[in-house]
Amino acid sequence: MADKNDSYLSARESRRISRENRKITNEFEKKRKRKNVPESEYLTKMHDPDNMVEFDNLHTYFFTDTGVVHSVDGVTFEVPVGKTVGVVGESGCGKSVTSLSLMQLLQRPQGQVVDGEIRLNLGDKAYDVTKAPNDVMQHIRGNVVSMIFQEPMTALNPVFRIGEQIGEVLQLHNTENRSEEEVKQRTLELLEMVGIANSEGVFRMYPHELSGGMRQRVVIAMALACNPRVIIADEPTTALDVTIQAQILDLLRQLKDKTNASIIFITHDLGVIAEMADFVVVMYAGRIVEKGTAEDIFYHPAHPYTIGLMNSKPVVGKKVEELYSIPGKVPNPVNMPDYCYFRDRCEMCVEKCSGKYPETVQISGTHFVSCYRYYEQKQGGK
Amino acid sequence: MANEKSEYLLEVKNLKKYFPIKGGLLSHTVGQVKAVDGVSFRIKRGTTMGLVGESGCGKSTVGRTILRLLEKTDGEVIFDGEDVFSLTRQELRKMRTRMQIIFQDPYSSLSPRLPISEIIGEAVREHNLVPANEFDDYITKIMKECGLQEYHKDRYPHEFSGGQRQRICIARALALNPEFILCDEPVSALDVSIQAQIINLLRDLQKQFGLTYLFISHDLSVVEHISDTVGVMYLGSMVEFSETEKIFDHPLHPYTVALFSAIPIPDPNYKMKRIVLQGSIPSPANPPSGCKFHTRCEKCMELCKHVSPDWAEVEPGHFCACHLYNSAERNAQLEAEMKQNAAAQVKQAG
Ligand SMILES: Nc1ncnc2c1ncn2[C@@H]1O[C@H](COP(=O)(O)OP(=O)(O)O)[C@@H](O)[C@H]1O
Ligand code: SF4
Ligand code: SF4
Ligand SMILES: [Mg+2]
Repeated sequence: MADKNDSYLSARESRRISRENRKITNEFEKKRKRKNVPESEYLTKMHDPDNMVEFDNLHTYFFTDTGVVHSVDGVTFEVPVGKTVGVVGESGCGKSVTSLSLMQLLQRPQGQVVDGEIRLNLGDKAYDVTKAPNDVMQHIRGNVVSMIFQEPMTALNPVFRIGEQIGEVLQLHNTENRSEEEVKQRTLELLEMVGIANSEGVFRMYPHELSGGMRQRVVIAMALACNPRVIIADEPTTALDVTIQAQILDLLRQLKDKTNASIIFITHDLGVIAEMADFVVVMYAGRIVEKGTAEDIFYHPAHPYTIGLMNSKPVVGKKVEELYSIPGKVPNPVNMPDYCYFRDRCEMCVEKCSGKYPETVQISGTHFVSCYRYYEQKQGGK
Repeated sequence: MANEKSEYLLEVKNLKKYFPIKGGLLSHTVGQVKAVDGVSFRIKRGTTMGLVGESGCGKSTVGRTILRLLEKTDGEVIFDGEDVFSLTRQELRKMRTRMQIIFQDPYSSLSPRLPISEIIGEAVREHNLVPANEFDDYITKIMKECGLQEYHKDRYPHEFSGGQRQRICIARALALNPEFILCDEPVSALDVSIQAQIINLLRDLQKQFGLTYLFISHDLSVVEHISDTVGVMYLGSMVEFSETEKIFDHPLHPYTVALFSAIPIPDPNYKMKRIVLQGSIPSPANPPSGCKFHTRCEKCMELCKHVSPDWAEVEPGHFCACHLYNSAERNAQLEAEMKQNAAAQVKQAG
């Protein structure tokens, strides 16, 4: 951050940038706000019907006054039906922006999907959510995809009782035309489902009367209210103690088995990923550097960043004299290099690494990595 | 005054810190939160003690009371042979250079209007630690030790990332040439790769300057890595204390066992023997009777509900407060007492 070569923008330059930005984002917004968009515009086909979500070459940028931030810069991965995909990486690498792109909840107008598709499987058909208009998205959010955030208080309104808040979500997506009494019954059911024993009592409580772990259960209950097919959990246990984290992880696993929903589980904690995920995606500076099954990533980590990350974190029961620490820092997101983004920190560099950004190489049936060290093994690439 | 230097730099004996609960129109004290309720441990010179436990269990209050940032309710804190609580203002001021603190959120403890050189040097100047003509070089040297560059001197805190800010806090502490540093969740807010850098820095400085640390964290794997000894707290009390290896290989207290079993292990095929604790921590304003853990303990016995367990050295150097480790005689004695008390109560009620 406080580098010698930091480029400071003049006020004039910054005004010019924001004028340009407005031109671009206005275009996007105009398109988005159209009424009566024909379904054919966002109708698409899943490449594999066993997938619930397919991110395909997603590019999500933020048009800020200091320049265009390439938060997500060509991200491709699948979320199979009924499976959990863990997304790992350090703060700012684009984990949250990826999931917010699926929800179409990016901060507008700065945040825009500028390229790529996100295909969402709706059973009889599939939509590209990046092209779906607001009213369609409104239905999808909550009914098909729902989200659990790190800080439960951001999802809860402090001045309303828990019962009212869950009830409101049910009313909002009231496809089953429930009566008031039925809404209450369903709310109590949901509270019990997330392991709240005293559901009648909690129904009448305000958020501040609950502990952090209980609040997170309530938020999970809200997320489950309309039987979503995809649950995005963005660092859902980061703010909790390990013992409470264990309870919440247990709960999420049970719920997933019961409902066969898919989970996109975002975290920076490799231990939590190992426990929860069937598949793992490792992100660095807005791109996926490696992806595979949990076994691929934990037993055969291939990308130097993944390896570095694993060696930076102490593991209980494994003594090391000194932790590995990845040298340097993440490149400036406004000014990404045209070579491998990790090169300036990579201690496994080979000669070829000065070339353009490495393509994705498939190193086993399920394991993909973007790194020149695996080019000899390249089997067609992608 | 100590005549000969003890092997232990810091000794904490039966420390208690209660906070009053105010209530009513006239703000009368209506109760007490027993944030720290009889904690004892000691730390050898040049070593690190880790202090773990769930949020709200009293870890930070222990730390702050040791530094006398809070006044104690009861107990003793002996720092290098001197009772911290009997120091005069003057003496305390001097003591503060020898005992320093680093927090979780470095930003809020760095004045936004001061350049880095001032932030690090302010207290050095105030305490006249180095001659004026050597001041600049001294600050440069300290900054280098902490991985900061000379050109950072004129920059302000907002220009730095979280990891760099933590380096600034460490430099500020180190500049006073302390013997003891209280590290309260110093890496919890940082990314994994930055965490590793800061942990390595703290270890290097410890080796170089013979520093003694009390390292508070809820991250058990970090604590295992950095600590020589570990104390586990629950609801204001220390429940177990031992050398790091011993306590992780072979925890004694049921709470420690449950806590350690909750640590996620980065191995997808790891078979967990997890003990999921039910419910949440009871309120420290109204802790359970007997053993405070009895409401959540799998091994709870009748005795546990009524009598609080002794803090005992169960194995050499391995302390624990749990009735499971009572000797047969002690058990018989406690049970007899319990029965007597119960009988007395029945009589009273009748
Ligand atoms: N509202 C916004 N305006 C500008 N930049 C943003 C905004 N939201 C996110 N970003 C940028 O996008 C990048 C990725 O952020 P994010 O997805 O939140 O990372 P993660 O979730 O992996 O920590 C970061 O560089 C961040 O600064
Ligand atoms: S491509 Fe080269 S520089 Fe990039 S991660 Fe691989 S080895 Fe390192
Ligand atoms: S004293 Fe009893 S309740 Fe407390 S930890 Fe030991 S067995 Fe459990
Ligand atoms: Mg995030």
